[in-house]
Amino acid sequence: MTFLTYLISGLALGSVYAIIALGYTMVYGIAKMLNFAHGDIIMAGGYAAFYAYTRFGMPAGLAILFSILTCTILGVIIERLAYKPLRQASSLSVLITAIGVSYFLQNSAQLMFGSDTKIFPSILTEGSFRFFDGKLIISYLTLITIFTCIVIMIGLTAFINKTKIGKAMRACAEDKGAAQLMGINIDTTISITFAIGSGLAAIAAVLLCSTYPSLSPTLGSMPGIKAFTAAVFGGIGSIPGALLGGILLGIIENMTKAYLSTQLSDAIVFSVLIIVLLIKPTGLLGKKENVKV
Amino acid sequence: MKKLFVVLLSVLCVLTLAGCGKSGNGGADSDGTVTVKLGGSGPLSGDAKVYGEAVRNAAQIAVDEINASDSKIKFDFRMEDDEASGEKADTAYSTLYDWGMQVSLFTVTSGAGAAVAASYDKDKIFAITPSGSSTALVYTDSQNFKGNFQMCFTDPNQGVAAADYLASYFGGYKVAIIYKSDDVYSAGVYEKFAAEAEAKGVSVVYVGAFTDDTGTDFSTQLTAAKDNNANLVFLPIYYQPASLILKQAFDMAYTPIFFGVDGMDGILTLEGFDTSLAEGLYLLTPFASDADDALTKTFVSTYESKFGDTPNQFAADAYDCVYAIKQALENMGYDGTMSTEELYDAMIAQFTSMTFNGLTGNDMTWAENGEVSKAPKAVIIIDGVYVSAE
Amino acid sequence: MKKILDNLLHQKNRSRTISYAMIIGTYLIIEILMHSIRMSRLFTSMLVPCCCYIVLALSLNLVVGFSGELSLGHAGFMAVGAFTAIIVSGLCVQMIPDPIIRLFISIIAGSIVSGIAGLLVSVPVLKLSGDYLAIVTLAFGQIIKSLITNIYLGFDRNGMQFSFVNNELNLEQGRMLLSGPMGATDTAKISNFSSGVLLILATLFIIYSLIDSKYGRAIMAARDDRIAAESIGIDILRSKTLAFVTSAILAGAAGALYALNYSTLQPAKFDFNTSILALVYVVFGGLGNINGTIIAATALYVLPELLRSLQDYRMLIYAIVLIIVMQLGSSARLKRSLEQIRNRFARKGDVR
Repeated sequence: MTFLTYLISGLALGSVYAIIALGYTMVYGIAKMLNFAHGDIIMAGGYAAFYAYTRFGMPAGLAILFSILTCTILGVIIERLAYKPLRQASSLSVLITAIGVSYFLQNSAQLMFGSDTKIFPSILTEGSFRFFDGKLIISYLTLITIFTCIVIMIGLTAFINKTKIGKAMRACAEDKGAAQLMGINIDTTISITFAIGSGLAAIAAVLLCSTYPSLSPTLGSMPGIKAFTAAVFGGIGSIPGALLGGILLGIIENMTKAYLSTQLSDAIVFSVLIIVLLIKPTGLLGKKENVKV
Repeated sequence: MKKLFVVLLSVLCVLTLAGCGKSGNGGADSDGTVTVKLGGSGPLSGDAKVYGEAVRNAAQIAVDEINASDSKIKFDFRMEDDEASGEKADTAYSTLYDWGMQVSLFTVTSGAGAAVAASYDKDKIFAITPSGSSTALVYTDSQNFKGNFQMCFTDPNQGVAAADYLASYFGGYKVAIIYKSDDVYSAGVYEKFAAEAEAKGVSVVYVGAFTDDTGTDFSTQLTAAKDNNANLVFLPIYYQPASLILKQAFDMAYTPIFFGVDGMDGILTLEGFDTSLAEGLYLLTPFASDADDALTKTFVSTYESKFGDTPNQFAADAYDCVYAIKQALENMGYDGTMSTEELYDAMIAQFTSMTFNGLTGNDMTWAENGEVSKAPKAVIIIDGVYVSAE
Repeated sequence: MKKILDNLLHQKNRSRTISYAMIIGTYLIIEILMHSIRMSRLFTSMLVPCCCYIVLALSLNLVVGFSGELSLGHAGFMAVGAFTAIIVSGLCVQMIPDPIIRLFISIIAGSIVSGIAGLLVSVPVLKLSGDYLAIVTLAFGQIIKSLITNIYLGFDRNGMQFSFVNNELNLEQGRMLLSGPMGATDTAKISNFSSGVLLILATLFIIYSLIDSKYGRAIMAARDDRIAAESIGIDILRSKTLAFVTSAILAGAAGALYALNYSTLQPAKFDFNTSILALVYVVFGGLGNINGTIIAATALYVLPELLRSLQDYRMLIYAIVLIIVMQLGSSARLKRSLEQIRNRFARKGDVR
């Protein structure tokens, strides 16, 4: 029974990682950049929802929508101002810019919202299912998180495979030059990718903050690194990979804490990651790229 | 790009060279007041900013009050950012030294403070930390930093006090501990608590840890504590992660007694926190922002109107530090003619002999080694307010 | 004499000459200033850490710039070097009272242990490529930090005592060398500016020697075109391992010098942010550009100190500077105008 409890809380943690990882992996697949500021967009989403709900008195649904809108706009602005001029630059320059953006967002948030922790209101739902005389408790939130995660994954897959923009995205991911020759507007496509990725970050923010209701300006950095790890674990660029990677990472982390050591859980989780990557060098579901001469 | 760097470099050289030499001590002004340069460093950016800000704000309130009063002693206060890191604390200290700091609020965090403790000692600048609770700030295995003092309890002191309290009031309870293993403060309290608990026969059934990277999900630790039938959970951690633990325990219908130390203070004033979750929570604290003595009331209302937040114990300790320094300066009849070194000796003489009444306690005295003697008081939260648990 | 000078200024050696001249020149100027006028405390307190960051950035440039692998865990090697040096220095206090010899031995010990760690890490790391390699270096960085956070090490009359995860040491009038998250306390500060400069010079010598050697050319060939390099029989793995281990050794040395400059050091210092910081120095300075790395590390290290007067806006401005410099650095128009200026000067030179 205890094992099931551990498994379920791992699943809840993992699904939050997974949604964040989806944003990472999408941007990576199309723009070929590691957007280290992704975690901080989550932070922005959390604050947007918090202020919308508690200060502007919006109902929950509207607050979430407001958060999604804020993040989408923020994501597009960041892409246009900071990343777009670097389209031709080396990927490392983009990485450093992303780090700069991440510092910028964190410090702005500290100046704007203050550095103290705020408690995120439970805007989604409270309560839980109880099984076996309350020995096994699954909160509604956990179910919502997992469900949202699956819906997003299916939606994204359908979007990328079926719609015109989705196809344009895949074309960009495959070969930017060729895509451009086919009349695809690369800049627009990348902007749309950022818009979607950031919108997902807002949803992740609401779920993350509802599950772990502690809101602070540096909130995004830890889940950011974890989600990046999860995305690579599952095979970066792969959407089902991000889901699988996120959920596995959450479960491994909780199992380690439960049965091995809470002090050394970081070390053990990362060791597992290294071993997996040694066996599958491109992540669990990553494509194996053949290097051509 | 390179040219930009060269320009930057030359600007640096000019700036750092220009600031050389130590300015002399002010001496008495024409109106008979003396101004003392009061320095200090703390995290004003990064993860720990909230603590540095609390200290800066509260110290500023104290300094403003004193400067506006008819006191002969006035302060020129300057707080530098050290990002809670030892390396930055060193440069922050150097900046303050160049500025001509005479007395210091030391550092806000333990890690940063330990890195500059020896510098304060060597340069003979008197320093009292509001919140750096590790003993490494005031003494080490090999030496005692004569002029380094503390306003807060030390970590071992708290661990022992908590274990003693549990042994005498909660005998027979099964105790689980959740602490932050990569945090100096939390690990320091835990270590001493564990040793003392064993000696006092407190039964510890589970010990769980978390780190910066795993500090969001506590369900595993809580489930394990529950499985081991722990009916008291000791939380030597700060109030932010503690608020998550309380919430998650509530969600899984686990209702032991929670017991915190002084880092727990602040939990009731977390914006948006459902204080009913903290009902029945015990904590050891020197300061309660809702105490009803006049001193606390004025301080809290000034702080709230100026900065929009309720002050926590970091703030209260910082406020006390400034007033304690003022009291020592007044007692010795400081007139601005002393050198920093003479001031240093005089301050030590004052602090080891005087008693001080402040926000965080009455009749405080300091030992030769720099530790403050004030007993941590146990309080319990009932109906959203602290009530003495003695 | 002229021949030597010509040789030094020859295209091939110019960068090297500039590096050495820059370091030695700056060192002499600072030393003269320190002995003639009273320098501000801030300035003197920044000298040693600055040297450490220069060495760290140079070592990372060997992996990122020359070898072309993104490493996100370099702070881990710095940590290994740092804590090894603290232990060695702490144990040798009685045996070797002379601080300079002790510093030297500690740095050597730090580099060796860090080099061994580098060798161990390189086995799995170099089997991967691209972002998978990057994440594994990140993972190792975190693992190293996490392990050091749990080490308790002390010595007393009965010799060394060690415990892991929980502090179970019972010292009789002994001294703790490492105490978990508190790290090392009460370390003797024996680093100084001269040793820092010597370490930079040694680093430069090692890096230039490596680059000019057969292995160095192999590393760069493999970076530029792996398949072509393999096809002509270059053992890529061996040369990459060499670069990686050398880099770990140098990072360890930087860590050792750093550790012995402070009386306390906590493992938390060597987190992901420190690795990123080193990477920022490298990218600012230019991949594979040694002089650029030195200048960038210096400038970016002192920048936050310069911004102190801005108080709360300090790190915000720092972030904006990071973003803007990256934009300027890769702006096509700026590059063109710089090119033009350079051409104009070049032409003038021709006339003469």
